[in-house]
Amino acid sequence: MELAHGSVLYLDGVTVSFDGFRALNELSFIVEPGEMRAIIGPNGAGKTTMMDVITGKTTPDHGDIFFNGEIDLTKLDEADIAQLGIGRKFQKPTVFESQSVFDNLELSLKDDRRVFPVLFSTLSNKQNQRIDELLETIRLTGQRHELAANLSHGQKQWLEIGMLLAQEPKLLLVDEPAAGMTDAETAETAILLKEIAKTKAVVVVEHDMVFVRDLDVKVSVLHEGSILAEGNMDEVSNDERVIEVYLGR
Amino acid sequence: MRNSFLIKTLDKNSVLFLTLLAIIAVIVPVANLVMPPQSPFHLSTYWVVLLGKYLCYALLALSVDLVWGYAGILTLGHGAFFALGGYAMGMYLMRQIGARGVYGNPDLPDFMVFLNWSELPWFWSGFDMFPFAMLMVLFVPGLLAFAFGWFAFRSRVTGVYLSIITQALTYALMLAFFRNNMGFGGNNGLTDFKDILGFNLQSDATRSGLFVATVVALMLAFLISRAIIKSRFGKVLIGVRDAESRTRFLGYRVENYKLFVWTISAMIAGVAGALYVPQVGIINPSEFAPANSIETVIWVAVGGRGTLIGAAFGAVLVNFAKTWFTGALPELWLFALGALFIFTTIFLPKGILGLLARKPKKPRKSKSGKQPDQQSTQPAE
Repeated sequence: MELAHGSVLYLDGVTVSFDGFRALNELSFIVEPGEMRAIIGPNGAGKTTMMDVITGKTTPDHGDIFFNGEIDLTKLDEADIAQLGIGRKFQKPTVFESQSVFDNLELSLKDDRRVFPVLFSTLSNKQNQRIDELLETIRLTGQRHELAANLSHGQKQWLEIGMLLAQEPKLLLVDEPAAGMTDAETAETAILLKEIAKTKAVVVVEHDMVFVRDLDVKVSVLHEGSILAEGNMDEVSNDERVIEVYLGR
Repeated sequence: MRNSFLIKTLDKNSVLFLTLLAIIAVIVPVANLVMPPQSPFHLSTYWVVLLGKYLCYALLALSVDLVWGYAGILTLGHGAFFALGGYAMGMYLMRQIGARGVYGNPDLPDFMVFLNWSELPWFWSGFDMFPFAMLMVLFVPGLLAFAFGWFAFRSRVTGVYLSIITQALTYALMLAFFRNNMGFGGNNGLTDFKDILGFNLQSDATRSGLFVATVVALMLAFLISRAIIKSRFGKVLIGVRDAESRTRFLGYRVENYKLFVWTISAMIAGVAGALYVPQVGIINPSEFAPANSIETVIWVAVGGRGTLIGAAFGAVLVNFAKTWFTGALPELWLFALGALFIFTTIFLPKGILGLLARKPKKPRKSKSGKQPDQQSTQPAE
């Protein structure tokens, strides 16, 4: 608990089992304010379960998860956790396809989320401006009235990132942002994430080694539900255990 | 503010739809009451009642479209809310009979006398008052929907499982209402109504009055539904329909959104039932039959899911076909209905309205340049 103090995200001894299979096994790590962290690991290492546990989709069997050093996330559900300021990007870009880019962002803006205020809410000038800024950031100004379904794969990824930013989160969890992108888009995404990391803590789960190297941040290697190694990309890629379970293949 | 709210709520099609309804509300009573029977413009009372019935179904279809088309909740039990609204109205109409029943008992409806009951059950009290009965028309379906939705949405029951539970709900209610002990007239239901608010139910003027009331209810329900779906709340609903988990991870408490729209929808269905009963003259437990609720879903699919207007049109068209078919080829109707549903699902996934909406797309492109706002106000199919 003392260790949690001053951190953005603190996991200690988090364990989740499904029918006897331990998806997470005494997982512990700490993310500091403003830090960007990359998490790599082979398939089945527990990356998605880790995201689920932090965002309230799955409740751990035991272990502590604290946000901002004091808020116990294991007691809260997805909506609560999202409102606290934790944004989650899915592996497959998940946007509201039948609505416009603008509407997607409007829905994501940090605002009252209760039924009746939402029923009667209108966009203020400030909020309109905020959406314009976001459109600029994610390079979709020209597509503001386009249906999200008509965007390219890469544009959808960015739109989803934009939706996360609109929530003004303190912590962003990003699941494989470079999946299915062209090389140029991948490079641009790395730049975008680095830009975001200047003001927010970001946890990136990624397969793509080139992309992780581009990010140039501290890397944690996840294996069988716990952290196998931690350090910068060079240290990690020279670690023998890591080579054995992952990189060497 | 008010102005922009109206513009947001009503697009061109909505205005057309409301205008059409307003015209019908005037023409039908005039053609029935003012035009002499010899005139070619005369509309027989048979048609007034039939059209009124269709519009009650349109209202029911609208309520189903609100939850299915926009929130993705496929209800196969909305007939339950319709029937409950109908029973609330039926109870008021029963109390209006007074001493004019077969047994001439001023305090008890005939079926209670027949069952040798000595006094009115507590849940019948108050139903002699019209305002109370109307309140119950909204309250009873609303309360049931709220309780049902509270548990179902909180436990995150979705998709086909939810559909099956709604089906079970209406089936269970049907069995319950079949029992004489329930105090709702058993399998005969409630019938032999005499008058409503003092007006004779058999008179042409009253029938026209009920017809106009139905049109007005449809217009109001349409306005309310449009206001809901065009608000940010409506955008959240569509988000729930298309990507529920994304909505949750944006911080929306999805179950509350579903619960709200589900309850509103049940109340609209209740009003539809309440208008239906005085026009057809009877309410019995067969209105709870699961097949009715499934048929309603077909109306919506045929007309165009997620368009509101399409749902209303679908209800009228399919029921018109049903009336014709059951007269001409009665044994073939269910086959025709099944074929219609399959045809719609395969060839018209957006229903008849989707077919019509395809046309104006071309001229829009050739028309000068960009009209960004028009694009965003396109109905979300």
